[in-house]
Order: sequence, then structure tokens, then C-alpha cells
Amino acid sequence: MSPPIQSRRLTLHDVQLDVYEQGQGRPIFVLHGEDGPYPQAPFSALLANQGRVILPTHPGFGHAPDMADIDTVDDLAYLYLDLLDEYDLRDAVVIGCSLGGWIAAEMAVKSTARLSRLVLVAPLGIKVGDRETRDIPDIFALPPEEVARLQYHDPAQAALDYTGLSDDELLVIARNREATALYAWEPYFHNPKLRQRLHRIAIPTLLIWGASDRFVTPGYYGAAYRDAIPGAQLAVIDRAGHWPHVEQPEVFVERVGAFLAST
Amino acid sequence: MRAWHFSENAYHLLPDAKEYDSIRVTLPNRYYDPKIGADLYHRFIDEWLIAEELGLDIMVNEHHQTATNLNPGGPIVMGILARETKTARLLILGNPIANRREPVRVAEEMAMVDVYSRGRLEVGFVRGVPYEMSAGNHRPTRMMERFWEAYDLILKAWTSHDGPFNWEGKYFHHRQVNIWPRPYQEPHPPVWITALSPGSAQAVGERGTIVACFLTGFDGSKQVFDAYRTRRAELGLPPAGLDRFAYAALVYTGETDEEGYAGARKLMWYVEANKVPFQFTSPPGYHPPQAMAGAMKGPASGVFKMFQNPQLESFMEHGLVFAGNPDSVYRQIIKFYEHVGGFGHILLMGQAGFLDHQETVKGMKLFAREVYPRLKELHPAVAA
Repeated sequence: MSPPIQSRRLTLHDVQLDVYEQGQGRPIFVLHGEDGPYPQAPFSALLANQGRVILPTHPGFGHAPDMADIDTVDDLAYLYLDLLDEYDLRDAVVIGCSLGGWIAAEMAVKSTARLSRLVLVAPLGIKVGDRETRDIPDIFALPPEEVARLQYHDPAQAALDYTGLSDDELLVIARNREATALYAWEPYFHNPKLRQRLHRIAIPTLLIWGASDRFVTPGYYGAAYRDAIPGAQLAVIDRAGHWPHVEQPEVFVERVGAFLAST
Repeated sequence: MRAWHFSENAYHLLPDAKEYDSIRVTLPNRYYDPKIGADLYHRFIDEWLIAEELGLDIMVNEHHQTATNLNPGGPIVMGILARETKTARLLILGNPIANRREPVRVAEEMAMVDVYSRGRLEVGFVRGVPYEMSAGNHRPTRMMERFWEAYDLILKAWTSHDGPFNWEGKYFHHRQVNIWPRPYQEPHPPVWITALSPGSAQAVGERGTIVACFLTGFDGSKQVFDAYRTRRAELGLPPAGLDRFAYAALVYTGETDEEGYAGARKLMWYVEANKVPFQFTSPPGYHPPQAMAGAMKGPASGVFKMFQNPQLESFMEHGLVFAGNPDSVYRQIIKFYEHVGGFGHILLMGQAGFLDHQETVKGMKLFAREVYPRLKELHPAVAA
């Protein structure tokens, strides 16, 4: 039995924010990626057995309102630092996936005062190669099928067949795509300054990557991230692409659990 | 009514469409031969000059990274036309100001052309088509917010004559705006804005500029013009004259209906050749999420379905093409005019694809001599 999911909309310094919560105990702050928040996802329920999962919806994603003054990842990082203050969380674990990993890294370079562990799941956000190297494939210029092929070990999981989805589910997909473009269009999925700031992260950090991630590979992008964060470890999960928490939820949560149990 | 000759300046000598995924954004420019391109540029400029001789006004537009339009710098050809013409009004429709990183530069360019032409410039502002988001790396979200900030900045730059002003907005930052030259026309050249939906037409109606729709057909155009008029009434603003409304269609006038249809079929290249994949037609944020959700459900409906399988008959039926002998073209335009509640400008897309110089000029001449005189009379009669 998974603990029940609760959702609420709160106002934080004039910003309306939707937050899901599930479970009790150690705060586990989860920052979703381009695909939006999925509180019903198996990994979320598994995590909720290990602590209190707090899952905010980035403004503009899902059903969360657009906020006129929130339009950068920097804004989101400050918003979530405010949320940690609002909840008065101590020793929080932050888990961020893809775009959410970028947000988590931006939070951690600003302040780790309320954090104890950082888990970055195939995070975006840094520039690795030179100006003519496209580190991250341009999802806005590729057919959806090709994006799925790059991002999934098993592209059939990508659910590109929209037949059978409700109008509301389709609207959420459209809103998620739009919000992703708002935060990540330019500079494309990165902050040119982030890599040089990652040395500031002085809490234990685990990078988790799918072995089949062809969108941002563990050997190139993952290694660059690991090398920039002092003491960070990089764990690679087999039979998973860019969303290892979706394709291998049990292995993913095991890895996270082992990391949280270590000193 | 005023009539404006307009040409996209396409490069039509392309390989079979099976050989490429998209005519826009990604089509390699090795398919473009600059020697042929130079001949085409000069031919199209010649056709604009012929338009002036025929008593038509001139319209130029701008697109990027596409074989459908080789004017990535609309203001450049406007500069040429300002010097080469003497009497025609010169409309650029338009400057994609949500995508120009320096609106002050747009204000300067337009002021230059206005002075060159001794006050014959009309300045259009457009949002830019969805394909241009990737072409120019322009963020497709919150574009209209950017558009209107750029619009305000350009108008202020044109109308400020007492030294620099400051502008620290959400999107554009200047501390010393003081353009030289200033526009020839007072207070500034007439402004046109394109609107394809009632929502955007409302915002244009509030500002009272000329509103133009492109290939929106009977009902789409009526919705746009009605939204403009209704919004002004809601705000208690004076009603707009017919000179505030413009419609762009593919137009070919022949001596006979058959000749007119044959010319129009060649103009249809513009819609037939527009092979563009989903990721470029629908960048996230460009279309409202409700519309995107609708598009994900399956094949498009209504006018949009027509674009997927363009046929002359249905384009004519819906008012996207006016074609035939002079009487037929006149009747089709009048029918449209009455349906939408009148309009003061017709933008004639009179060249596309394989329509050669002789054919283009013949269509323009027949329109100018046989159709236009009757349309010119229309405006005062209806306005009275």
C-alpha cells in the first residue's frame, strides 16, 4: 500500500504553486522534468515509502497557472528555496530529473543550508562542448519519434500515440511542452555560468544516468557533471534511457535508498 | 479600395519534394544557385516597378531560411524600391518585431526608407510565422508580450524629437534612444499589423492601426474584422474606416476564366510547396495549448485541412483565391467584400512558383486595367 497523495495550491510571495505530497519522514523534494509531474508514477510511490515526497509543479506545467514573472530556471531555483523556507525543511533530499536536475543544481549552488543530499537524474543545465557542439539534441527541431528514440531505452514507452487520451490529458501535454520552451529555449537547456559554479555544491551528490540515454550520454555529459561537483558519484542504470526513474523505477529507488543510507 | 502587388520572391527550382523533409528551416542552401537567384531578384524588382507603372501600390514581406521567400531582409529591398519608384506607396508587411532583437534598429531602418521615398512608406509589423522560431532561435512563448513592447518602443523612437529617452522594459533595454533620421511622415508612417485570429485582432483594434489578414477566407477574415470593430466599440473608440482593413489573397486575372484559373493554379505552388514537418509548424507556445491539444487529436479540420491538400476549386470557394476573367475576379472580390463588412486594401499575391515574368505581368495588367478601376470606386460608395 502506498501512502495517500495530497495536493494543494499555495501562494508564495505572490506566486501560485501546486504541490503534491506523499508519505512521511525525511523530506524528499522531487523536481520533475520536461514531461511534467506524475505523482501517480511508480517511482514516486516507492520513494514515498522512504520519506515525505514533496513534488511541486513548475509554473505553467500540468494544471499549474502560468506566472508572469516566472520565466527562467533561475526564478524556479529561488522559488523552491523559498518553498523550503516556507515548509521549514531541514536536511532535505533534493531529486531533480532532466530539467528538474538543472533546477536542483541551480538551487544547490545558491544555498545548501536546508539540504543534506542531492540526486541529479540525467540533469541538463551545463555547457560542455565548444560553441559548435550541440551538447543537447534540439528537441524543438526534431520529429517527436526521433526525440523518443534518443530519450528512451524502449521508445515504445514514450506514448506518442495520442488516441484514447482525454482532452485534458492532451492539454497537459501541450502545456508541458510550452512551459519547457519558456524555461529552456535560450540558452538551450543550460545556463552558461552554471558549470563554473558547481564547485560550490558541498553536500553528497549522486548522479544517476540511464545507460541507453542517447539524449545526453553518461560518458560525455554525465562525466562532465560529475567532474564539476566535488566528490560526486555517477551511477549508471542498465536498460534505461533519459528517464531511468520511469523505465527502471525499482532499481532507481534502490540506488537512491542506498545513497541516502550511506554517510 | 487600394490594390497592392505582392510577391514572395520564391526560389522555385527545387528537387522533388520527396528528396527533402522541409522546404523551411533545414533545406540545405546548396540547392540555391546565386546566379539564378540574382536573375530572380532583378526580375521581381522589375515586376514591382511595372506594378507602379500600372497604378498599383507595392508590398514586400520577409521570411527566413526558406525557399518560399528569398527576402530575409525586407528593409533592404524596400531601400531599393524607395529609390527606384516615384509614386507608389511602399508597404513592408512586415517587420517580424517579436523576433528582431533590436526594435530601435527597426525604427531606424524604417525611418531611412521613409525619408528615401519622401514619405511613401507604410510599415507593417508581424509576429513571424511558426517556422521562423527555429530559424532565428526565437522563443515561441510569450511572443505577443515581446511584440507589443517592441511596437511601443518603435513608435516612441519615431515620435520623440527632443533628445534621448530611456527604455528599460521586460525585453528591451536602452538608455539613449534618439534615432537619426526621423521619419519623413508626421507623426510617423501608417502602421499595419497582421492578425489571423479574433484574439489578436482585438489587440490591433485597440490601437487602431490597419489590420491585415492573409488567406483567412470568408469566415476567418470576417471574424478578424468583426473582432477589431467590436473591440473598438467596447472601448468607446471611434469606429474604424474601411481603410483600416486589408485582405491578402492569391489573385490571377486572365482574358478568360480558363486563363485566370491556369494562372491561379501556378500561384497555388505557394501552398503546395509548403512542405513543413510538425516540429516546425507547431513550436511549443506559438499556438495556444488548447489549439495544440486539438491538433494532437488528429487531422486538422476546416480551412486548415484545405492547406493539406490544396485544390484551386476549394481555395476559390473559400475566398483564398480570386481568379478568372476580369468580371469574374471583380465579382469574387465584391462577394468577399460584402461578406466581411468591407475592406479598404487588397493585397494581391500575383507571383509564385512557376508563373513566369510574362504571365505575371499579364495578370497584373488585366487586373490593373479591367478590375481595379471598378474597385477604386467601391470605397467611397460604401463609406457614404
